[in-house]
Amino acid sequence: MDLNVKIVIVDESPVRSAILEEGLREAGFTEVTRIAEMTNLLARIYAIDPDVILIDLENPSRDVLEQMFQVSRIVKRPIAMFVDQSDTASIQASVDAGVASYIVDGLKKERIKYILDTCISRFNAFARLQDELDRTKSALEERKVIDRAKGILMKAKAINEEEAYSLLRKTAMNENKKIAEIAQSVITAAEMFK
Amino acid sequence: MTADHRLRIGFIPLVDAAALIVAVDKGFTANEGLDVELVREVSWSNVRDKLNIGLFDAAHLLAPVAIASRLGLGHVKVPIITAFGLGLNGNAITVSPELFSALKDAANGDLADPMVSARALSHVVMDRKARGEEQLTFGMTFPYSTHNYQLRFWMAAGGVDPDQDVRLIVLPPPYMVESLANKHVDAFCVGAPWNSVAVDLGIGHILHFVSEILERATEKVLAVREGWADDNSDVFRKLVRATGRAAEFVEDENNRDEVARILSSPERIAVAPEVIRRTLDGRLKIAPDGTYRSSDRYLMVGREGAARPDPAQAAWLYAQMVRWGQALMSAEGLAEAKATFRPDLYDEIIGGGPDLPASEPADRVGAFTGPAFDPDNIAAHLDGWKIRRR
Repeated sequence: MDLNVKIVIVDESPVRSAILEEGLREAGFTEVTRIAEMTNLLARIYAIDPDVILIDLENPSRDVLEQMFQVSRIVKRPIAMFVDQSDTASIQASVDAGVASYIVDGLKKERIKYILDTCISRFNAFARLQDELDRTKSALEERKVIDRAKGILMKAKAINEEEAYSLLRKTAMNENKKIAEIAQSVITAAEMFK
Repeated sequence: MTADHRLRIGFIPLVDAAALIVAVDKGFTANEGLDVELVREVSWSNVRDKLNIGLFDAAHLLAPVAIASRLGLGHVKVPIITAFGLGLNGNAITVSPELFSALKDAANGDLADPMVSARALSHVVMDRKARGEEQLTFGMTFPYSTHNYQLRFWMAAGGVDPDQDVRLIVLPPPYMVESLANKHVDAFCVGAPWNSVAVDLGIGHILHFVSEILERATEKVLAVREGWADDNSDVFRKLVRATGRAAEFVEDENNRDEVARILSSPERIAVAPEVIRRTLDGRLKIAPDGTYRSSDRYLMVGREGAARPDPAQAAWLYAQMVRWGQALMSAEGLAEAKATFRPDLYDEIIGGGPDLPASEPADRVGAFTGPAFDPDNIAAHLDGWKIRRR
């Protein structure tokens, strides 16, 4: 398969676009350029003159790309969205993953499919990473809340840390709630008593 | 409530989504037994694609995008219909202080008159050309948008060719103000609240409300796939009915504060209620010095027949697509464009008829200039224009 196509990734998230670029390079595509700056986006794209453009669906500049469909003076050549009428499964998978793609007319379908599959799996991988990161963050937050609640209980009831924690845990079990939730109520209550 | 009644509806955070947002947040849809999730989107391309592939059941959509989808222009061909218009007008043209002062110097009369301002623009454009200066750049929101057509209509009336004499570029609405401030654009046409934001920051002058260019222009519609409306006729009717009730609620002046508050929420439009209120009142600060302009046509949500889809409006939008080279003129194209708008369904669900109040323009569009507009013979209308694509 001829992998000699120019690909542009338009994404304001440097981490995600790096992951995407890496995936495309691993798949054998060497001419990959990333654009993170949205001012004069069309001019930047025309300067690179790509065969394929990939853009994150959360990027409002997607509408700017739609202008490329318009036959006008500033457009060098019309560019069409990759999917054709028959290919709703691909567009669905692509939109679900959060990426839209545009290609220059005439690019072979199997090649596009290969590029898009790579992108979709990379976008999904990024979403999983993001998810893990969010979970780690919220675990850290919970940790902090529980620590604060323990401190409040230790002071108010003159008990040690272990006793404070087991009190939180017991209450959580009795009320069928998470420890962090009970800890948050302790903090809220303590603030009201201030 | 059954799962069949659960709907996902996409919208862009703009004041002309008012009837839809109020329908959901004020409980009009719940009263019809519908469980609606409103999904805020960042681009019209997203709204269009998600509606087209069925991720959305309905959407707040640019009227010309609905027509373009049905015609298969610029993208995949999907039969879209609307039985409810979410608003007429509501956009404004804002220019930088530098362009405003150049227009003032060139104006032969009152700049508030669109013919005077269009001719002044022509002077400024020719002057710049003679001096070898860069062309003026105008921002608008989408190739298939009323903003695009309103800008083109206005400047062409003064002798400016929008494809030859200036640069017209697409900019996402949230980037408009910043682009005007850092001089990437000299002017833009956009909906509320962005014009007011530019004026409040002292970096823009509102030159025109678009209602000064056309008295009636269908802006956004409640769009659905035709097949979905057929298969879910009952749910579709309930949605249209609820949105109709919400439009009435929005139009009642006593409710304006509440409507502004609902729209201002962080999950909806996320700007200050006071700015939204200005749009609903049609009273906008137009210059950094505090000058105000008022119009009872600024944004019309449901009043004066605004919500009833009007095939004459669809014909006008199709005429713009043809005039500017986006579509080829054909009788079938015109018929399909008109078929996007379904007043028959509106009349059946909400009740009403084609007659407009006496206050409204006889040709149902009310352009400030140009050859007579006949929705059944747009070729004759287009032949009357000197500046157009062929």
